Amino acid sequence: MLPSKAIVWQSPLARVAGKVARRLATIAALVLLGGLLSATMVRLAPGFDADERELDPSLSAESVQALRQARAGEHNIVGFYVAYLRGAMRGDLGISHALGQPVQSLLRERWPVTLRVAGIGLLLAWLMASTLALTACLWQRQAYEIFGITVSGAFLCIPAAVLALLSVILEAPGYLAIALIVFPKIYRYSRNLLAKAYSLPHITAARARGLGEERILAWHVLPVAGPQMIALAGITVSIALGATIPVEALCGLPGIGQLAWQAALSRDLPLLVNLTVLVTLVTLLANSGADVMIHMLRPREA
Amino acid sequence: MNAARKLACLVVLSVCALSLAANWLAPSGYSKQFRDAPGAPPSREHLLGTDEVGRDRFARVLYGTRISLLLAPAAALISTVLAALVGGLAGYLGGVWLRLARGFTDLFLSLPWLFLLITVRALMPLNVSPIVSVLITFLILGLLGWAASARVLSTSADALRNSDFVLQARASGLHGLRLFLIHVVPNLKPVLYAQFWISIPVFILAEANLGILGLGVAEPLPSWGSLLRELEGLISFREEPWRLVPVLLLIVVMTSFQLLLSNEEVTA
Repeated sequence: MLPSKAIVWQSPLARVAGKVARRLATIAALVLLGGLLSATMVRLAPGFDADERELDPSLSAESVQALRQARAGEHNIVGFYVAYLRGAMRGDLGISHALGQPVQSLLRERWPVTLRVAGIGLLLAWLMASTLALTACLWQRQAYEIFGITVSGAFLCIPAAVLALLSVILEAPGYLAIALIVFPKIYRYSRNLLAKAYSLPHITAARARGLGEERILAWHVLPVAGPQMIALAGITVSIALGATIPVEALCGLPGIGQLAWQAALSRDLPLLVNLTVLVTLVTLLANSGADVMIHMLRPREA
Repeated sequence: MNAARKLACLVVLSVCALSLAANWLAPSGYSKQFRDAPGAPPSREHLLGTDEVGRDRFARVLYGTRISLLLAPAAALISTVLAALVGGLAGYLGGVWLRLARGFTDLFLSLPWLFLLITVRALMPLNVSPIVSVLITFLILGLLGWAASARVLSTSADALRNSDFVLQARASGLHGLRLFLIHVVPNLKPVLYAQFWISIPVFILAEANLGILGLGVAEPLPSWGSLLRELEGLISFREEPWRLVPVLLLIVVMTSFQLLLSNEEVTA
């Protein structure tokens, strides 16, 4: 006899609300942990206490003492993190050591640049990859297949920083470098997903019944490959965000990527913690947004 | 093995052999300066010309290739062992351990790879001897690159934990580490090998990115990253095309690695 199990009926709305609440709690926990991890790494890094300004011979002993006092609060990492979280609740994200400006204003100034560069780059990458993948799958000619694999393979083999340098030499915009960094990853996965969907028996049956290729694509292929493509879209946000670091640093674009590079080089604890929290938050929100979309499209399978 | 894979294997082995023979093939040491010929074009003495401080570029490419090609597999080995320990054990133990390991890997994977790498590398001392900088760079790659492999391994080990033969082994009285080592690890080997081979090109590219951003191997020791940094001063391709040789070599080696890894392994 099967063990009895109580079945509690839940309305679809309550089920979705429960899932969203759980997901938000996970995001909050991961973001907080990410910030703490970043703060701990900076604190434990060799030479954390060193401050170049202390070497300035024009500074008096009192001034050097004042500089040390200013950093004393960062020695206890838990204390620093709790103070940071309290400040963040009030909208105060601290002051950057290296740039001497409030972190909030730095993020506000630079975020639009990154959003524009990464956004256009991502759109271009998706346009190139999906056009190539669809062309290869729709016409099924070896020439398209070889062209797509060769082009994506070539860009997959070039380091992101080299693509950024090449864009500087060729005077190409930074978003093109980001597009070329992200494009091969999208192409490889979307090509595989579409090929798998096209190889399903019901597609052969639909073709045998005389359905047009456009109709097959819209009604039979995209519903199968779509959810995974949406999940891929969420992941590509993280890839594009990572690509902004070499692109903005080498192309001289004043965005979040360049700020992250500067913060890392100068071991700017307040800035690094905020950037880690921001990057983690954006990545997790993009992935969760993709999950919600999949859930809305195919509620039973999500 | 098809023709393309054979050719790729031959290319990787040839480049490895050439780099290992650098002591005999290179006309000079990687740090020897020819002060009378800085920035010289290719000639009989200097096959790829010299860099801005007069060092033979051909010698530096050979020695740099040796460092990148030998240490990337070492870093891949570290990351695969870590992935097996975290992912494999968590998948085998299941329950709260699996959830904890997945939460930890999710935390690592939620940060873009380059962001994490640059942050951690910058936190390590930058003003160190070249040998120490090589060790730091590749150790960081190995210690940070395990998360994606651990995710794959935890799923495989979780599936094995619930398989019939493991259940039978348990029923026969085999438990704990013995069961893990005798029945689970051998079945994880194909996944471990795949993750190891996938990690090598990823780490080669990561080292190149770090080197270009000035966070890789310290001068005068060459690596593909530091060699590619030379591109920063390039104004046009037509002027000095021989400066593109390290990029072309990197592309050839990376393409060979891609051909060596089957499509299923790459998408695993």
